[in-house]
Amino acid sequence: MSTGHVLLGLLTRGPLHGYELKRAYDHRLPQAKPLGFGQVYATLGRLERDGFVAPDDPDQAGGPERTAFGITAQGETELSTWLGTIEPPSPHVTSALLTKVTVALLAAGEQRARDYLVAQRAAHSTRLREYTKMKSDPDARLADVIAADYAIAHLDADLRWLRTTLDRVAELRQEISE
Amino acid sequence: MSTSPMLYGRGVVRSYGRTPALRGVTLDVAEGEIVAVTGPSGCGKSTLLLCLAGILRPDAGEIGYREQRIDTWSESARARLRRSEFGVLFQFGQLVAELPAAENVALPLLLAGARRREARTAALSWLDRFGIADLADNRPGDMSGGEQQRAALARALVTEPRVLFADEPTGALDSLAGERVLGHLVRVAREQRTTVVLVTHDARVAGYADREVMLRDGMLDPSGLGLMSGAV
Repeated sequence: MSTGHVLLGLLTRGPLHGYELKRAYDHRLPQAKPLGFGQVYATLGRLERDGFVAPDDPDQAGGPERTAFGITAQGETELSTWLGTIEPPSPHVTSALLTKVTVALLAAGEQRARDYLVAQRAAHSTRLREYTKMKSDPDARLADVIAADYAIAHLDADLRWLRTTLDRVAELRQEISE
Repeated sequence: MSTSPMLYGRGVVRSYGRTPALRGVTLDVAEGEIVAVTGPSGCGKSTLLLCLAGILRPDAGEIGYREQRIDTWSESARARLRRSEFGVLFQFGQLVAELPAAENVALPLLLAGARRREARTAALSWLDRFGIADLADNRPGDMSGGEQQRAALARALVTEPRVLFADEPTGALDSLAGERVLGHLVRVAREQRTTVVLVTHDARVAGYADREVMLRDGMLDPSGLGLMSGAV
């Protein structure tokens, strides 16, 4: 998961101060890795340097904690690219997957979230087939087979999760827009 | 133009009474390909298998095998095709309870007119291939679920079919026993270039296939995520 992209996603709803951004993060992504204030400001600094965010009111004086930041057109492009990029299918990515779905719903709408889930499912299925092939090889060592079993079981769980999440997308959008 | 598919369904529609099971499914299967047909229970995947295998006749649409339309054939002509070209494996092997494993496996050859000794030799060789030669004289009731399913797989393959239709072949087995059955199935299919249509609800089973097609509510779901019924 990229903190910068998540913050960009949160800013698509309108400019926020660092403090508000941190609160929005905690509210939207309660299961995600906790984010400190320092990290929010440091990330905002990087995003500003890269041209992805800009002060909402450039004339306002004060440090970053007094400044509300908004996403720029360049930031929106960057966010869109990230939303279109699938996560490498591997065990324990559910948290990253959930984060991306939530940000997609916030920033780009339901269809984008669905498109992402579809692409992610295809990538997971392909990876699952690769592991299956690996362990079906007559020359595979038992240790490799057991490791492949582990990966397959987790990918299978992710695939079920992807399907259920898709069924919940409409509800999740509802909750997010409240 | 690429080579024509070995097996195909075009716009296949099939209902049971007033309940639609398939609502226009089109699927091409290439020779030697292993295709998994997946989807939630009741999505029509078993009906599609039965239609493709010429066991059920669709209400509308076409089924074709080797560039011949077969759904219009008579029941007896389709039965002949099934005996000579197709093998079928179900969730429960449906072995004949009174017959020992070797005789069960030999049955399709005997029905096709083979001599008893030849049929038994072939049956023993298939049982040996699947690691259960020592159970040749056991009746199904004296075998584990996995052993029975391996015997059923041997029976489905003993005529060396061009296409194997397998409907939840490991659905009743624990994961390791299921894996053995699938391992044998896929190995033989690769060695003999047998085309396989594998129906399953389990992504781990579908992982053995070259390609997965998903059904939802009797239709193909190109997204694999049930988008067609995903009301917004």
